[in-house]
This record gives sequence, C-alpha cells and structure tokens, in this order.
Amino acid sequence: MNVAFLGASKGMGRALARRMAERGDRICLLGRDLEDLKRSAADLENLGATGEVGVTSCDLADTKGFAAALAAAKDALGDIDTVVVSAGAFGDQEALEADSEARDRLLTLNFTNTIHFCELARTMLLERGGGRLCVFSSVAGERGRKPVILYGASKAGLSYYLEGIDHKFHSQGLSVTVVKPGFVKTGMTAGLDPPPFAGEPDGVARDVLKAIDRGQPVVYTPAIWQWVMLVIRYLPRAVMRRIGF
Amino acid sequence: MAHETKKKFTPRLVKNAAPAKASGRSVELAGWGRYPIVRGNERQSEDLADITRDAVLTRGLARAYGDASLPPAGDRNVASSVLADRLLAFNRNTGIVRVEAGFPLMRLNRFSLPRGWFTPVTPGTHFVTVGGMVAADIHGKNHHVAGCFGEHVRSFKMRVADGAIIECNDENHDLFRATLGGMGLTGHLLEVEFQMERIPSPWIWEESEQLPNFETVLERLEDAGREWPFTVCWSDFLVTGSNAGRALLMKGRWAKPEEAPAGLPQWRSAPTFPIQLPSWALQTWMMRIGNFLNYTKHGAAVRRHIVHPETFYYPLDVIREWNRVYGKRGFTQHQAVLPAPHTHRRHEQYLRLLHDLRAKVFLSVVKDCGDEGKGMISFPKRGVSYALDIPIDQGTQQVVDRLNDFVVAEGGRIYLAKDAFTRPEHFRAMDPRLDGWNEVRRKWDPEGRLKSALSVRVLGDRA
Ligand SMILES: Cc1cc2nc3c(=O)[nH]c(=O)nc-3n(C[C@H](O)[C@H](O)[C@H](O)COP(=O)(O)OP(=O)(O)OC[C@H]3O[C@@H](n4cnc5c(N)ncnc54)[C@H](O)[C@@H]3O)c2cc1C
Ligand SMILES: NC(=O)c1ccc[n+]([C@@H]2O[C@H](COP(=O)([O-])OP(=O)(O)OC[C@H]3O[C@@H](n4cnc5c(N)ncnc54)[C@H](OP(=O)(O)O)[C@@H]3O)[C@@H](O)[C@H]2O)c1
Repeated sequence: MNVAFLGASKGMGRALARRMAERGDRICLLGRDLEDLKRSAADLENLGATGEVGVTSCDLADTKGFAAALAAAKDALGDIDTVVVSAGAFGDQEALEADSEARDRLLTLNFTNTIHFCELARTMLLERGGGRLCVFSSVAGERGRKPVILYGASKAGLSYYLEGIDHKFHSQGLSVTVVKPGFVKTGMTAGLDPPPFAGEPDGVARDVLKAIDRGQPVVYTPAIWQWVMLVIRYLPRAVMRRIGF
Repeated sequence: MAHETKKKFTPRLVKNAAPAKASGRSVELAGWGRYPIVRGNERQSEDLADITRDAVLTRGLARAYGDASLPPAGDRNVASSVLADRLLAFNRNTGIVRVEAGFPLMRLNRFSLPRGWFTPVTPGTHFVTVGGMVAADIHGKNHHVAGCFGEHVRSFKMRVADGAIIECNDENHDLFRATLGGMGLTGHLLEVEFQMERIPSPWIWEESEQLPNFETVLERLEDAGREWPFTVCWSDFLVTGSNAGRALLMKGRWAKPEEAPAGLPQWRSAPTFPIQLPSWALQTWMMRIGNFLNYTKHGAAVRRHIVHPETFYYPLDVIREWNRVYGKRGFTQHQAVLPAPHTHRRHEQYLRLLHDLRAKVFLSVVKDCGDEGKGMISFPKRGVSYALDIPIDQGTQQVVDRLNDFVVAEGGRIYLAKDAFTRPEHFRAMDPRLDGWNEVRRKWDPEGRLKSALSVRVLGDRA
C-alpha cells in the first residue's frame, strides 16, 4: 500500500503505521510537528517500511494547508492508494461546556475539518480510480451519552458523513473504513480510569489493518465493542435515564 | 548493627488506576512487589521530554520490585516513559541501536532476533524499558562474561536536574557512569544508544541438570561459567537437611545455525493472571510441593535441547501480572551478592541464617557474577548473587535486617532495583562507593530536585 497518514505520531495511529511498516508498505506522514514526524519516520523505516518515509506538514486545525499537504504526500509516494486519518482530539465534557472556544476547537477539528480533509482525500483517490480511506471515529458517536456529549456528537457527525460517502462512491472504487474504537489506552485517555474491555493500541492496529485490507466499512475495536454497542444502540431511553448514561 | 524500632507495615490494595495526563491526577503507584504504595501524579505522553520538565523521577514499566520507581510521598510529579517508544536508529551491519527510553525490551527482542542481533544483556523479564535497563544497570545470565547492560551503552540523551538536555557518553561526562545503576536519580533518560550482540541463530541450545545440594551449586555454577555464556540456578531454599539449597542448573548458548530449527521462533502472547488472590492463598507448603515437583520432574539425567529464546530467558513471563498471586500483602525480593572467593562456609551460613529466620523464600535464583563494571553504584561484583522472593508479612523487615547484617559483615551488597526494606545504615556500610556517586549527583543536582521513595528511604534524601 502507498499510504498518506494523518495522525501517526501518537497512539493508535502510531501503532497502525508500525504494522503497515512491518509488512513493507510505503508511508508518508502528515502532521503538525515536522521534527517529531521525522523521528516517527525513522521508527517506521527501521521497522521495515519500503523506501523513505516522507513527512509533510499538516495541521488539522488549518484547512488551508490540506491540499498542499496531500499534494506533497503524493509527490513523496508517487501514487497514494490509501489515506488514513487517526488525528483527532478529546475534550472533557465539563470543560467543553464551560469554555466555548475549546468547544468550537474540538467540534471544528473532529467534525468540520476532518470532513474537509476527507473531501480532498476522497477526490484525490477517485481521480486515480479509487482507493482506501480509513478514518477514526468512535463508539462515543453511537448514542448521546452524558460524559461525552460534545465529543460524541462530533464523532457521530463524522461517522454519518463517512457512511454517506461510502454509499455514494463505493461503486467508483472508493473503499471507506470507519474505525470505532472503544476505550483504548493511549495518551488521549491517560488519566481516565479504564473500563472493562479497554484496548491496547497494537490490538486496535491489527483489527484496523485487517479491516482496511478487506474493505470492511465499519470496524469496532476491541471487537467486543460491536456487541456492547449492539445492546447500547437499542437500549430504551428510559433505561438509559435509569442507569445514568 | 543497631536498628530503629520496627518499621510499621500496612499492606494495601493497589488499584488498577490509570496514570494521569499532563494536568496530573493523583493515583496509587507501586512496583512489581506491590509494596510500598505511594500516591503520585504519574504523567504519560509520547513527548517524554515535555513531561520530565517538572518531574522528580521517571519510571518505565515498574518492574523494579520495591520503591525505586516511586516518587517520594506527597503527590509528586513522576513521568512515565512507556509511550516514548520509538526505534530511532538501527544499523543492521554494526548492531548499533538508538531508542527512546520507554522502548520495551520485548519489542526490541522480537525486532532484532530475526535480524541476527540480540540485546547484549537481558534481565529475567522482557517487560522492562531500555531506560529502566540503564537506570538499574541490569545484569543477566551472562554477567560472568558480558557484564552489565551499561558496558554496552554508547551514549544517552538525558534531561538533568536544571532542565538542560544533554547527550552523555563515557568520555564527556562523569554523569555517564553515575547514571548506570543510578536508579533514575541523576536525570531523566530520554534516548539510549547501545551495541547489540551478533547471534548465530535465533534459538538457544540449553542444557540443564539437577544439583542435589548447595555445595554442588557453587561448584557447578563456577565450572559451567567457564564453558557457557548463560548460566543460572533455580534453587530450593525451603527444603532442609542434606538437600538444602538443591537446584536446577540451566546453561545455555545461542544455537549454531546447523543446530537451529529452520524457522524463526513464533511469538506467543501471554495470558494475564486474572485476579488478585487473597494474601493467604499462596502458602509455604504449596511452594514446597511446587519446588519438589519442579526438581524431581526434571530427572537425574542431563537434559539437552533447543529452546525458544523467550522460554529460556523469560520463564516467568508466560503469565502476565503473576505478582497477583501474592495478594494484597505484596512481596519483596532480597537480592544480595556475597563476594568471591566463594568460601563454602560463608554460603552455608547464609543458608542457615535463612533457615533460622524461617524466611519464606518462595523463589530463589542463584547466579555467579563477574567483575564490577563501569556503573559507579551498580549492583554486581565478583561473587555469588542470591535473589530471594519473600511474601511480605510482619516479620519481613526483621528478615531483611538480619540478612543485611550478614551481607555487610561479609562485604557483600544488595540490589536497589529489588529492594523495599533496606535501611540507610546498612546500605552505606555495604557500599563505600556511595560518597563518590553522591558527589557527582550533587554536582549535577545541587538542590536535590531528583528523588524517589527509595532515595528518601535509603539515601537520606529530603522528601
Ligand atoms: C520477573 C522479574 C525478573 C527480573 N530479573 C532481573 C534480572 O535478571 N536482572 C536484573 O538486573 N534485574 C532484573 N529485574 C529487575 C528489572 O530488570 C529492573 O528493575 C528494571 O529497572 C525494570 O525496568 P522498568 O522499565 O520496569 O523500570 P521501572 O521499574 O519503572 O524503574 C526502575 C528504575 O529505573 C528508573 N528509570 C526507569 N526509566 C527511566 C528513565 N527513562 N530515566 C531515568 N530513570 C529511569 C526508575 O526511576 C527506577 O529507579 C527483574 C524484574 C522482574 C519483575
Ligand atoms: N483512545 C481512545 O480511547 C479513543 C476511543 C475512541 C476514538 N478515539 C479516536 O481515535 C483517534 C486516535 O486516538 P488516540 O487515542 O490514538 O489519540 P492520541 O494518542 O492523542 O493521538 C492523536 C493524534 O492526533 C494528532 N493530532 C491531534 N491534533 C492534531 C492537529 N491539529 N493536527 C494534526 N494532527 C493532530 C496527534 O498528533 P500530534 O503528535 O501533533 O499531537 C496524534 O498523532 C482519535 O480520532 C480519537 O478521537 C480514541
């Protein structure tokens, strides 16, 4: 695969990029700190990525840079057949309620800007006759829940968008994979008490890579979340109120 | 040696709490022995340089048994290196590796074995970070030929107490030797560069044999060390009489290509011990039976076979979180080296002392050490090392005190990475190198910013 990867510097993205490198994929890293990206690039090259792992500057908070970043990645890779977006932000619900700027930043980053980025990415992939687009959403986007109302809403919107483009462009060769992680132990969740079934980044990476390879439209990871969410999706509102969701 | 009144012992449950993010949140922290427990602000990030800015200590995978990886009491900031885990450079021709300090040994092994290289020194678990291997200057089954890990370290990058980040090697800084075995008290390791060992195949040729009593252990260990690069004894210190201290001796070397199986070793994932057992669950009589079965199952004949490197090096890692079998009381390890020449009398007395103290030594590993290395305060020196796992109870402090009396009298010393009970007066008496090391430490950290629960307990640092 020739992969343009936004968000491989940390967490699940780092783990997924490593799995890709280990099997010899070609990778170009997009992110906001070039010096740090170079160190991630070295890590991936040492692990077996084919050729030089490129790095290019891209801040998800700044839509103006998206086109140039994808163009630079294309230059570095020659051809891009896969785009992964694991970049995203989390915000504590209370803090987001209290601070409208923080709220705006989170909603813009996770929803509006991620969609802008995906629009450019899918256009680029469709121009070459198709490809794979893998984006990290969340199980938090499946039901409105008290502790993650705003974060969940941003991910819910993102999931719906991704489902929509899958319907629209699948026949043209676009394969969309929406990743819906449950709680995963990364820097993003450090400081929160892990619930039962908390996952590890490398386990997520294994599941996601398999899903991308198969062209699976949605992947819950760790896998148990598929069943947990099946229940939660159909939980009557009255029950949710009762148990304080 | 005179002692203060007995230390009060109150074991408590370690909650499986998550480390806090940059903003910090107070959580209970413990080492592998689950005693002691200290509240601290553990912060975790891929950006280790950032979180070490105002931390009193950096810790890795918390496999030190006692309080080496814990901050002093009082919710102090401690950095966790585990997310700083990138492989920054690997030269497949020279075997020189550079990693971030949180790089885990398990990943290093699984990366390097198929490529014909292996860590020059490994501890008995692969769930450690390279930073932790430097800070404890770990030793392994090959100490008699390879020395400590620090002998193979070329340089490291570290944040020192005044906040500066320096690249440190044996030529440019006295801090280099003070950091090997310095238990994180000289600075925060950010990156480490070291020399790997070239291996002929990724498999181990192992020979093992029964040693019926303690005398044979001392003799055979020394003999075996002349021929074999990896040697270790698993001894039974619960058995008494003429069989006291009997053991299984394990000897190993890398298999030659013509002996090795065709394929690469397959990596297995280890199940986690699911629950914390009650403290009474593991009883001495069970361990007696376990040791007996382990010994007799082996049989009298010498066994020779090719083994998976992880089976050879890390037999305890087959179950994750096996420390839960000790329950909430926790356990400690007393590891001491009694210096050469190996007078049988000295070792016999040690054994007798353990017996007299009724020390519940559930697991014991005996290994001969080679010469002292570069580390100014590293543990090993020429002699025989005894690593004794002991469940904690009201008598543990006294057992450790008495063992340390003996160690001091015999000119030996203990390993800080395992310790939770040693008193400062004992440690000072064991290690005349302490003043020299403290001098370097104070030169780089005059205000005493870097500290740990261990340094407060054993070295007299101000909390
Ligand atoms: C089953 C088992 C078997 C073992 N066998 C052996 C053995 O055979 N030989 C041996 O020598 N040891 C052995 N050990 C001990 C272990 O190797 C050491 O305690 C090692 O330091 C643990 O590494 P860690 O990453 O878990 O570090 P931690 O336990 O988290 O920390 C240990 C020390 O290193 C310091 N440290 C860690 N990372 C950094 C950093 N980045 N910068 C500065 N300081 C740092 C900490 O402050 C602390 O003082 C064993 C431990 C276990 C549990
Ligand atoms: N962890 C969980 O439990 C969990 C659960 C469900 C869903 N998710 C989602 O899964 C994805 C990955 O999560 P994670 O836990 O792996 O997170 P993480 O460890 O915090 O990593 C986040 C990644 O996003 C990048 N990023 C953040 N803001 C950016 C910006 N403005 N521009 C460019 N890159 C930016 C970061 O890059 P820098 O190096 O520049 O910071 C980093 O690589 C996220 O979308 C998250 O919402 C996580």
